[in-house]
Amino acid sequence: MSEKSQTDYSKAELPVRLIEEVDEVSRKMGLSKEKKDKLIEQIKKEYEKESFEPGESIGIIAAQSISEPATQMTMRTYHFAGIAGIRVTYGLPRLIEIFDAKKEPETPMMTIYLKSEYNNAAEAAKLAEALVEKDIMNIVKRISLNLNENSIEIEVVDKRRTDSVFKSLMDNLKNQTVKMKGEKVVVTVKTEDVKELQKVKEKILVLRVGGVEEIRNALVRKEGDDWIINTIGTNLSTVLKIKEVDEKKTYTNDIYETASALGLEAARSVIVREALKTMQEQALDIDARYVMLVADIMTFDGEISSIGRYGVAGAKTSVLARAAFEETIKHLVKASIRNEVDKLQGVFENVMVGQVVPAGTGMFDLIVRSEEE
Amino acid sequence: MKEIDITKNELVPKHTILNDSEKEELMNRYKIALRQLPRIKMNDSVVESLGGKIGDVVKIVRKSPVVGESVYYRVVIRG
Repeated sequence: MSEKSQTDYSKAELPVRLIEEVDEVSRKMGLSKEKKDKLIEQIKKEYEKESFEPGESIGIIAAQSISEPATQMTMRTYHFAGIAGIRVTYGLPRLIEIFDAKKEPETPMMTIYLKSEYNNAAEAAKLAEALVEKDIMNIVKRISLNLNENSIEIEVVDKRRTDSVFKSLMDNLKNQTVKMKGEKVVVTVKTEDVKELQKVKEKILVLRVGGVEEIRNALVRKEGDDWIINTIGTNLSTVLKIKEVDEKKTYTNDIYETASALGLEAARSVIVREALKTMQEQALDIDARYVMLVADIMTFDGEISSIGRYGVAGAKTSVLARAAFEETIKHLVKASIRNEVDKLQGVFENVMVGQVVPAGTGMFDLIVRSEEE
Repeated sequence: MKEIDITKNELVPKHTILNDSEKEELMNRYKIALRQLPRIKMNDSVVESLGGKIGDVVKIVRKSPVVGESVYYRVVIRG
């Protein structure tokens, strides 16, 4: 779209997408300035007719538009994606996970894109290998206890890794002395107790010697011209800083991790994207605007809150509305202990007491000004 | 490890901080008070990179599949 047309109709408050379409149609049809203005006038009228009126209960419409198709989703929790057989949470359980704002998704995954200069099979495979979290347990050939000297001897399969094992032990075992003896790493423990020695050994086995924390598996895939790495387990803030990784496109399905690495608005985008993707996988077509509305409500407070009794619905001010939703007795008892007052300003509580609800035309009152101020 | 610019990520829409006159214009246009706006925390990564302070209004221009571009406002709160 040209700079000019944007300023031209900025007063009209038509969405950018519509203005683009008007521009294109008028160019194709060779419309004169006069005719184009007339067209815009007409579109503006139609656009206003389509928009919601003040007081419309769009929340309920959104809730029903998402929930009705969701009743047709599968209850099955997992499916196996592709030949590699990555287990993925999908369908209804995934949708619940998103709207409940679970701290960690059941199957956390990342999609890592590579910078153009590293965008080839060899680099992708190398990075995928380097990403996967490795414990000493995975690379050790033999680990034995020397009861004479109260020490633990570690022998590594790949000799080149001995150094990193040594370093990791130095960093993590502050109370013991770590030495290199030939190709073995020897940890001497200052104790006579065999049990204590055993404990230290257990601790050594789960020490991390490489890879990125949390990333348990990585698979290379080709999508169009791009080599991408799919991982199980996510650690966005660390992965974004790796030099081969394209920080512009790399993506995780973990909402909280996105929020802490890229901010609240990015988390909102992830909520919308994940929810729509989950619905579309099941061939359920819902309007993106409903999901966006839900995502906006979930991020309204500057942090991610869930839809449901602990999040958005639990934060309602009205006692009666909360009691009507879930856990009736708990809310009524608490309210009576705290001497809470219900001001009957919401929809729920007014339905209960049989008054006009503050929605639609009921939202508006006439105010009479008794004297000129 | 490299330095990254998180605002370049495609998930992050464009954030800008409004100046005082723009803020007032917004309040008047929608006839609202600051506390009625959606919120964003001061320690949010993007707000931090912009140097937003409590009470600032952040204008967010999102790319939307439906309307092309949609504008949203958030007020910066303690966090």
